[in-house]
Amino acid sequence: MSNQGKVRIRSVGKYIPKRILTNEDLTEWLDTSDEWITSRTGIKQRHISTTENTSDLCTEAALKALDKVKVKAEEVGLIIVATMSPDAHSPSVACTVQSNIQAENAMAFDINAACSGFVYACSVAEKMLSVGPYQYALVIGGEVMSKVVDWKDRSTAVLFGDGAGCVLLEKNNHTHSFIGEDIHADGSRGQSLTSGEVAVNNLLTSGNEVNPYLQMNGRDIFDFVVRSVPKSITEVVEANQLRLEEVDFFLLHQANARLIKAVSKKLKQPIEKFPKNIDQYGNTSAASIPILLEELITNGDIQLGSNQTIVLTGFGGGLTWGSLLIKL
Amino acid sequence: MSTFEKIQEIIVDQLDKETEEVQMETNFREELEADSLDLFQIINDIEDEFDIKIETEEGLNTVGDIVKYVEAQLA
Repeated sequence: MSNQGKVRIRSVGKYIPKRILTNEDLTEWLDTSDEWITSRTGIKQRHISTTENTSDLCTEAALKALDKVKVKAEEVGLIIVATMSPDAHSPSVACTVQSNIQAENAMAFDINAACSGFVYACSVAEKMLSVGPYQYALVIGGEVMSKVVDWKDRSTAVLFGDGAGCVLLEKNNHTHSFIGEDIHADGSRGQSLTSGEVAVNNLLTSGNEVNPYLQMNGRDIFDFVVRSVPKSITEVVEANQLRLEEVDFFLLHQANARLIKAVSKKLKQPIEKFPKNIDQYGNTSAASIPILLEELITNGDIQLGSNQTIVLTGFGGGLTWGSLLIKL
Repeated sequence: MSTFEKIQEIIVDQLDKETEEVQMETNFREELEADSLDLFQIINDIEDEFDIKIETEEGLNTVGDIVKYVEAQLA
């Protein structure tokens, strides 16, 4: 196609709801303790939305990404939101964001690949931007997980938090950042992590009882991550003639600090190359990778245009998992 | 290497313990202070090492319990 071009990350943004609940705070509602949560997950606190819904968090993250580089919303041709906690089935979160930021020239839709959503969305957006008639794409991971977890289930409720992160992708002639990907799904293991089940319910039948809340089989998920994630990272790196040692940072979905440590050990790569912010935010599902990326860019560990090599790896419900190899 | 020695090595590596601390009668939770995630990881490594499937961690309280389970699977 005549419009084909290279795609790079131009800017990032994040937005986190203000209200913090520490582990200690949770003991007011749940039979749990700071020691139990910290030692098993690395989580110290999470931000919980009191009024803002997923589209509100995503809107703020998008505005920050645009504002940093003075790109106008009307220049954006594509908005993809990765979420498993949308405001509604329709309109999509992406359409609400499009309206809120007045990106009237953008097509907009949501992707659900649970905690892998941001990796999936970047994969789709990069290709659409490369060949499509757009200059800029906003790729947003945003979640209000606090509305989908069962606050009576202490084994899952303590794990999650709310937030949104965003990257602004730009088509250009010089730098192509997305140098490789390794993305998978295995629906046969889908029941290991479920959320928001909806039963058939109509004038001919009354719906079966379903659990609308998030449910997770801890051992299945642990097993899945420890086996699949190191393999995916190794494959994307080696398929592109690189060695793990040449990767500056591995940005893993922030599900559990212990899982991140297990992956680092399997890959025989130093834990310092696996940045973490799960202590601050808990598991924010599709939002965790872009929030982490934004913070690493803001604090200078990662610099756009630096030629650093990073891997973004998501994993979660579906089951879905995947890695992107990115040259900044 | 015996089954016990292989399992001992996996546990020592995962829990950062000394070899002498991990014996047949050693209890994971009480003596090695292992939690459920530690056990998942040990089971995961044992499954890979012996190419077997350990369906549940229930009833596996001591190192000896795991050794017996693995030997029964391999028999």
